[in-house]
Amino acid sequence: MSVAAASATAAAAVSTDHPAARVLIRRHRLRLWEALPWIAAIAFYFAFPDYLGFGAELLIAILFALSLDLALGYAGIITLGHAAFFGAGAYTVGLLASYGIWTEPITSLLLAALMAAVIGFASGLVLLRTRGLTLLMLTICTMALLGEAANMAHDYTGGFDGLPSLPIAPVFGVFEFNPLYANTQYLYALAVLFLCFVFVRTLVHSPFGQSLTGIRENLLRMHAVGSPVRRRLVICYTISAALAGIAGGLWAQANAYVNLSALDLDRAATVLIVLILGGYGRLYGAFVGAVAYMVLAHFLAEVYPTAWQLGLGVLLVLIALFARNGILGLGETLWRRLAARRAAS
Amino acid sequence: MDFGTSFASIVLGGLSAGTVLFIVSVGLSVTMGLMGFVNLAHGAFAMFGGYVMVLAMNDAHVGFAASLLTGFVVTAALSVVLERLLYRRLYRSGELDQVLFTIGLIFIFMATITIAIGPESQPIMLPPALRGQLNLGFTQYRTYSVFLIVVGLAIVLGIWFVFERTRIGAQIRATVDNRNMAESLGINVDRLFTVTFAFGSGMAAIGGGLGAEFLGLDPQYALKYLVYFLIVVSVGGLGSIVGVYCAALTLGVLDFTLKLYLPKGGTIFIYALTILLLLWRPQGLFGRRET
Repeated sequence: MSVAAASATAAAAVSTDHPAARVLIRRHRLRLWEALPWIAAIAFYFAFPDYLGFGAELLIAILFALSLDLALGYAGIITLGHAAFFGAGAYTVGLLASYGIWTEPITSLLLAALMAAVIGFASGLVLLRTRGLTLLMLTICTMALLGEAANMAHDYTGGFDGLPSLPIAPVFGVFEFNPLYANTQYLYALAVLFLCFVFVRTLVHSPFGQSLTGIRENLLRMHAVGSPVRRRLVICYTISAALAGIAGGLWAQANAYVNLSALDLDRAATVLIVLILGGYGRLYGAFVGAVAYMVLAHFLAEVYPTAWQLGLGVLLVLIALFARNGILGLGETLWRRLAARRAAS
Repeated sequence: MDFGTSFASIVLGGLSAGTVLFIVSVGLSVTMGLMGFVNLAHGAFAMFGGYVMVLAMNDAHVGFAASLLTGFVVTAALSVVLERLLYRRLYRSGELDQVLFTIGLIFIFMATITIAIGPESQPIMLPPALRGQLNLGFTQYRTYSVFLIVVGLAIVLGIWFVFERTRIGAQIRATVDNRNMAESLGINVDRLFTVTFAFGSGMAAIGGGLGAEFLGLDPQYALKYLVYFLIVVSVGGLGSIVGVYCAALTLGVLDFTLKLYLPKGGTIFIYALTILLLLWRPQGLFGRRET
């Protein structure tokens, strides 16, 4: 055996035996608790048949936050204009259905994703040259531009009032969307969310996803090791936009209407809050954040809107100051402390 | 109305709106340039100052100028407290934390004002001297608008003088250029931050008070005009007084014209122009390129 071969085997042995290597190899494996959200979602279907409309809304919020997580949490693209893609998807579904061009829900969603991806790609190509405040401003302006365009074309989009009572064909030609009993909407949104989640989970653990994290953590180094940074960012932004477009399309289908609220700063800020609340850059943050935010908003905002706003403001300030990784990060820290104390005693 | 008169009225109306934008945004530009802090809550300070002024005028019957000054002082004092207690902790954090923190502050301001004063828009009574029309020789125009333009001009000259010709101005410019170097030369950067922040917030309060007459004053103010303040700052260039002034006046005139001729969706051109401009010069019109 030559020296080179020996050292190569040694290197191979090190590479799988090293603790760091073991962590790296293991971390994309499915864990048992990962089934929990899905079991909970199915249990919700049977336990709260009266709240399925709210449930569908919640699932859509999760998907939207998940799409933002890809851009913001993994690639570190700070955007306040993600509603642009949500709105693009929603209006694609809305316009196609409203004018009777295309009402089949699944292909409509794909078209919504395509539309959002095209806008994401085109804007990403130019926006992602910039950083910091300029990038933040450009994302806001892109969103405002689309919003104003939708407002300007009010003959087609209905302007501020939007497009009401969209005719959406039944899923697979069988399951109809009933505005009063939202069970089709709920299961349909759950299925779409599940597929998108599996896709995102696979993506972030792939070499591509790893390189995104690298870009977020150390831009210069990624440039130095020859990673095509700009191209990776644009691709990530496009995928994230497509997912947001699917979320928007789902929203339009589940509610059977579209209006300008799909495209405004409020929605963009809300999704950011949802994601940060749960914890960004960690897949399940979108789930935790959306559940926490939507449940609070649903039950508190209706009764005490001002108190809700005040509470939300205080919560945001506290998160920014003390809990930068959101609820999940907080849980993790407490868990570690508990484990350390147990090890010490 | 013949063309000349309507042209003059558009320009004057736009300039006065732009002046208010400038007065509000100038503090944001300086603090962002100085501290690199993305302070989305700046509009909330403007709103707060506007409320202080209106309350002083309507409930305490203080004069116009005195209540403007009260707004400045109270808002500046509040901003010092917030800066010392909260903002300070986030100077070194990422933009995301700063964005989140300041959005939270906006919500707190909006909710507090809704609870304390109510969700309705606050009326503002101008003093008799500023009401009515003024004969400018070539045209008649609202006295208040002309007053605003003059005040704005005085403010830009004043700030420019402080910035370029005084010791503290030199210190601010030095710190914007190179914080570490300024600090090692013995400039008390911490205190400089606090003073500039207080002054910027106070200016925002004056802008909020002066603009209340035509921008309105309700708890939504802080969010409604946020994008405009940000456009002015990013187009003008961080830390550039002249840049912010030019950007604010241009935006004011453009917005006024578009609202008149294209009331539905005319602002689309403003956003499109901003995008093109920022792509051409990411650092803004008068900003210096980061090295």
